This record gives sequence, structure tokens and C-alpha cells, in this order.
Amino acid sequence: MKWTWFHKLGSPPYVYRLARSIGPWLYALAALTIGYGVVAGLFFAPADYQQGDAFRIIYVHAPAAWMSLSAYTTMALAGAVALIWRIKIGHAVAAACAPIGASFTLAALITGSLWGRPMWGTFWAWDPRLTSELILMFLYFGVMSLRQAFDDPARGDRTAAVLAIVGVVNVPIIHYSVQWWNSLHQGATVAKFAKPSMPGSMLWPLLSVLLGFMLFFGAVLCTRLRAEVLNRERQSSWIKEALSSR
Amino acid sequence: MKTTSTSLSVDGVHVWRGDRHVLRGLSFSVGSGQLLHVVGSNGAGKTTLLRVVCGLIAPEEGQVMWEGSNIRSDRSAYQSNIAFAAHEAALKADLTALENLRFAVGLRRTVSVDELMASMRRTGAEGYADLPARALSAGQKRRVAMARVLACDAPLWLLDEPFSNLDSAGVEVISALIDEHVRRGGSAVVVAHHGLVRRAGATQLALDE
Amino acid sequence: MNVSTAGAVQIIIRRELRLSFRRPDQLIQPLMFFLIVTTLFPLALSPQLSVLRDIAPGVLWVGALLSSLLAVEGMFRADADDGTLEQLVLSGHSLTVIVIAKTCAHWLLSGVALVLVAPVMAAALSVPAESFWLIMASLALGTLTLSWLGAIGAALTVGLKRGSVMLSLIVLPLAMPLLIFGASATDRAIHGDSAAGPLYLLGALCLFTSTLAPFAASAALRITME
Repeated sequence: MKWTWFHKLGSPPYVYRLARSIGPWLYALAALTIGYGVVAGLFFAPADYQQGDAFRIIYVHAPAAWMSLSAYTTMALAGAVALIWRIKIGHAVAAACAPIGASFTLAALITGSLWGRPMWGTFWAWDPRLTSELILMFLYFGVMSLRQAFDDPARGDRTAAVLAIVGVVNVPIIHYSVQWWNSLHQGATVAKFAKPSMPGSMLWPLLSVLLGFMLFFGAVLCTRLRAEVLNRERQSSWIKEALSSR
Repeated sequence: MKTTSTSLSVDGVHVWRGDRHVLRGLSFSVGSGQLLHVVGSNGAGKTTLLRVVCGLIAPEEGQVMWEGSNIRSDRSAYQSNIAFAAHEAALKADLTALENLRFAVGLRRTVSVDELMASMRRTGAEGYADLPARALSAGQKRRVAMARVLACDAPLWLLDEPFSNLDSAGVEVISALIDEHVRRGGSAVVVAHHGLVRRAGATQLALDE
Repeated sequence: MNVSTAGAVQIIIRRELRLSFRRPDQLIQPLMFFLIVTTLFPLALSPQLSVLRDIAPGVLWVGALLSSLLAVEGMFRADADDGTLEQLVLSGHSLTVIVIAKTCAHWLLSGVALVLVAPVMAAALSVPAESFWLIMASLALGTLTLSWLGAIGAALTVGLKRGSVMLSLIVLPLAMPLLIFGASATDRAIHGDSAAGPLYLLGALCLFTSTLAPFAASAALRITME
């Protein structure tokens, strides 16, 4: 049956062992790609002709911002899978995603405002992308605290999944409304990171860090997922075997 | 009252509540004209069982069938066949007893005030039809709730502790009503400590922890 | 004889209206809150008319947002506490229909009341009278959208003991696009510009939310009632 992989992915012991075996590889690959990207981006890529060396924070900021959205989408998808097919492991994935995604969002916000200091002379200028990122942070807060709020963890999981799905539908609306709002109140500001023709020496390190962040996301997800599964399945008999077999 | 051979069957139902495995592979069936009396200590899962049968809780494993089809396939259609009385009386404190019935029963079938008053008379609640529910005692509320069950005219009754807070006359009245419902071909699942065991034709289901 | 869906919607709306008229304080309190919040701003900033006119859109919309949240909190909670919500769910009608009926009733009470009070507060913020209709139209669309978002939030938090903070945490981020379009429509109306653009966006948002929110709210309610 071609659906067996799907059922396997729904089984906590299988997922636990899978996460344990691929986690280290993901960490290693992430270290390599992020290492290359950061070194090449910070030391070898040419400085930007307008922004000078300040632009180099893009190598952390842009991938973090990208990952903040991807992690949210992953969380909503995992929640949807868990709700629709009643596959409990989906809730564990969603619960594991949320803090990682929130951390990427925080990283994007911090690097964005660090970049803003030399560019605008202030840490926070209500730049539309940063504002959307801030609202995304609030969405993460909502999902995370809703999951914690219920005495019954199953109920917390499922309400958090609904909220994540509602949020993911809203993310594009928030994004465009904030852009529209910004065009209303501010004239043309420095279009941030809008560089369609980035030379290869700048672009390759960026893509490498992006790939590295994805791998890192996967790696941390594996670690967190194992913790989630251990906590959720603490009553099951396979846990003892899994822990003693290592 | 419909007298079709209605039948409820519960098949291998498992429910977990957090870490607690509340219902462990429970199976039973209730046919037309049958009464199932559910007993068990506190926390044995009696209320959970009723909520599963209502379709409010989806069991992790197993299924609930009504007239041969899974209740999940058309939940609303199934639910129009049941009259459920939960532990609390489900009355709006700011509405009178009659208004409460008019809204609750009116959602299920077109019903006249006379019919509602008739069912209140049968549970002995007609005296306080026009009192706001906040002014009623727990036993009086219970009688109004039973009048609602009666007025719903549903083939399957699901009652959670219908005798709590009732005086001995009330217990007699309500058990007579349940008797009559079953005799006329209805089915009932009743969670109760007393009152039903002596009746012939009642099956008992004991839940243990 | 079974009751049709339209009949059920009508019965639920009648029930909500009657309950609200028996307990008018639950309708009036959010309005009082709206009045008080709006009064805070001139005291905190300046009673100067030109300043007030500039801040009026923001004040009106933030006030509307917060007071709507206050009103929506009890939407399912009151019924969940006394067990009538279970009876509604088990009434043989789809939960989505029940949610739609309850939300419409909620908007007819709290939303419409807020829209009617808004011109008074707008006048107090020295908003020219010509823009009242536009402000009311934008608030009507806005409060309906907020009722839907609030229904999702209320359904998600119905089982929580202290749900009101959680409700704000959930609903306010989702309501930010609404605030942007609504305040902008109001701002343009006050300054005599054409408010058609933001008003259309507000309408689109309202339509979109009204289409999807009932399903989200009923899914949420099914989970929290389990």
C-alpha cells in the first residue's frame, strides 16, 4: 500500500526514532551551510554601494524573516493534518514548531531594528515588513498561550490548531493591509532589501544561509519533537524500550 | 410517538481524557422498547459515555451506530432523534420555564404552547411555567428539564441522573414517564443511582474504574 | 414536523434578543466602556479641536475594537455555563448554522448599538456632521467583521475560566487589517476625501470573514465542548 508511509508517520515510536536518526545530520548540514554563508557574506561579499557594510545584516535578517513565515505555515499544516485525519503526532509537530518560529520572528525583528538604526536613525520606524513581522509575533503568542491555557492538553492542541489555521489565512491579509497602510502614511522610504539584481557574490551566501536556516529549523524541530513525543507518550510502553536501546 | 425498531449500538468505544483511559472498549446495544441502566462509581465515565452517545465527544477508537449507520456520517440528522438531559437542567435563568421550553423544543419541532403545557403537567411542573428559571429550586428545574425531554418527542432518551434533587413523588413521576416511553417503543439510556433496577426489561451496564 | 434551517435561525435570534432585553446591562456595559474610553483621549491629549479631529478615527476604531471584544466574550460562555449550549448543539441543526444565527443576533444587538452611539462620540471629537453616515457605514461593516472574529475567539476560549485576556490576545492581531481599513475610511471621511477605497476593502474583508469564520468558529466550538 502506498499509504503505509502516511500511517507510519502517524506512529509516535516511528517518528521518535526517525527524528533521533536524522536530527544530527541536519545539525551538521546546517552548520556547514550557515558557516559558509555567514563567512562569505560577512567577509567576502562586496559592500553595498548605498548602505555600505550595514547591508550585511541581511544575511541573518532575510532568512530569519522567511523562516518565521515558513514555520508558521508548517505549524498550521501540521495542525490541519492532525485535525482532519485525527493524527495526534501532528499536534506534537505543531507544538514543536511554535517556539522555533517565534524565535525566528524575534530574530528577524531584532536584526531588522539593528539595521534600522544606521538607515533611519532609529530602531523602529514602523517599516511595513517589520510591522507585519511584529503582528506575526502576536499570532505566535496567541497560538502558544492558547495551547497552554487548557487543563486538558488534547483540547489545547486542537484549539491551537484551529487558531493557527485561522492565522495562516490572515497572514496575507495582514501583509497587504500593512503595506497599504504604509503607502498611505509614508512617502517612498528606502525600499528595503529590494534588490532584484544582486550579484552572485552577494546572492550565493544569502541562499546558503537560507538553506542553512531551513536545515537548522528541521534539526531543532527534530529535537523538540522528540521532547514533545516523550512527554505526550510518557504512559506508553515503547518509551522505555526506546530510551534503553540507545 | 414513532414505534420503528430504532436501535443504538456502541461498538468498542475507547475514550481517553488526558492520561486517563476513561472508556475501555465499551460495547452494548439498545433496541426499540429497551432501557439501559448505567451504573458506576464517580469518575467511572458515565457522563462521558452519554456525551459519546450524543455525539458531543468523538471516541478515539470504536463507533456509535444509529439504525445501522455511524452517527458521524450525519450528526445533525442523528441528533434530531435524541432527547438529552444533562446533569445541569440547561435552563436560561432569565427566561420563564415555558419560554425555555418554547425555544429549546421549538428548534426541534413545531410545537404549540398547549403541548408544552401538557408535558409540563405530566412532570408536575405546570405550576411554575411562568416563573423565571432563576426562581426555581433544583428539583423544580429537573422537572422542567424532563418536560423538555418529553416534549421533544424523540425515540432515544439519554438521561444523566434524572432523579437527582427530586423528592420521592418526583422520582415516581419520572420513572413512570421513562417506563411509558420504553413501553411505547422508545429507547433510553439512563445514568442513575436508583429507581430503575426493579423494573423488568431494564438491562444494567456497570462501568468500573 | 421538523424545523427548517431558516426557522431555526429565526428562533435562535429571537431567543438571543429576548435574553438581551431581560438583561440589558450586558448590552449597555460595552457601550459605556466605549464612551469612557473615547473620553479618555481628549483628557490625555488635548481638548484642541484640530488635534481631536486628527485623532478621532483612531480613537473611534480602537474604542469600537475594545468594546466589541468586551461584548463578544459572553457569546457562548453564558450558554456553556448553564448547559443550554449543549441543547443548541444537539437540536438537530448544523453547528455552523447555530453559530451564524448567534453571531448575527450578537451583531444586531451590540454592533448596531455601537454604530448608533458612534456619531455622538464623533461629534464630541469635533468630527464634521457630514461624515457621520460614512463613519456609521464603516463601523457597521467593521463591527460585523469583529463579531465574526470575536465568535472564533469566543468559541476557542469558551472552556477557559479566565478567557477574556486570552480572547484579546487571539482576536486583536487578527483584527489589525480591519483597524487599518476602518480608521483610514473614517479619516478620509472626516477630511472630506473619497472614502470609497478603504470602504470597499472593508466590505471585502467583511464578506471574506463572513464566509469563512462560521466554519472556523463551529470547528472551535465542537472542540471546546468535547
